[in-house]
Amino acid sequence: MTEHDQSLETLQDIKRMMERSSRFISLSGLSGISAGICALIGAWLAYPYVFGCRPLFIDIHKDFHPGIEVLFNTWLFWIAAGTFFAALITAFIFTYLKSKKEGIPIWGKTAKRLLFNVSIPLIVGGIFLLKLLQFGTFGLVAPGCLLFYGLALINASKYTLDEIRYLGYCQIIVGLINLLFVGYGLYFWALGFGVLHILYGTYMWYKYERSE
Amino acid sequence: MNPINNLNKLFDSRVRLGIMSALMVNDAVNFNELKELLEITDGNLASHLKALEENNIIKVNKGFIGRKTNTTYAITKAGEKVFKAHIEALEKMIRSTK
Repeated sequence: MTEHDQSLETLQDIKRMMERSSRFISLSGLSGISAGICALIGAWLAYPYVFGCRPLFIDIHKDFHPGIEVLFNTWLFWIAAGTFFAALITAFIFTYLKSKKEGIPIWGKTAKRLLFNVSIPLIVGGIFLLKLLQFGTFGLVAPGCLLFYGLALINASKYTLDEIRYLGYCQIIVGLINLLFVGYGLYFWALGFGVLHILYGTYMWYKYERSE
Repeated sequence: MNPINNLNKLFDSRVRLGIMSALMVNDAVNFNELKELLEITDGNLASHLKALEENNIIKVNKGFIGRKTNTTYAITKAGEKVFKAHIEALEKMIRSTK
């Protein structure tokens, strides 16, 4: 091995160690794809309720108390919750498998840091969207999801594979365009959470995992 | 001057390079995290840490989490300077031997 190769290898070692110790790099592209598929299924299930082909409320005879409990009586709420957990669980499984393959503990310092930083915009956004629902501003929920999720991803990009930043930018762009077409939120939501996730996941899988 | 002279003998081993890399991008890293990262034995890691500490490259902070000891390591100002010089020397060598 020449001197040149040796120095290059040492520098690459240093770079790898810096990344491995400061970023959560086990995030799998397949997680993005699976989350995207869950989102598309969720949007498909929600479609007849959103566009009024089916009754919104589960028990139409129930009294309407003003407040957040009304939500629990809608099909949409349960579809949304189901979609969220299905996406989360499938995404977790693929990332868990990748971390196992790489021999990196899934619940380390980098994972905690990533989770913490992704949660801040998401929790704030969630509370804000609940308030919007309470005031009946349903049209802003889909763009709100996209915007806060985009911000969360950009915030997360410092703590995981950097490419996730571009997914964040795209989510924000889709969310902003959605603001011009309030009422078509479900389409934009499916585009952002479904199609973009699948495109991003495929790209990441192709770039980092295909050869392994 | 031959750039090889700027290479610091202290950073000759892969383990030490790994320790330094981790400490450059984290405020503080504890013993177990380093061990997991570098995949080496306690004794091996401890001896390298000791060498770096004795040369004032890293500083040790002995703390507690509950009753368990939690020893964390951080890079010193001097250590940061020395390590950066080492990386620059490596870069120079790559450029000069291309």
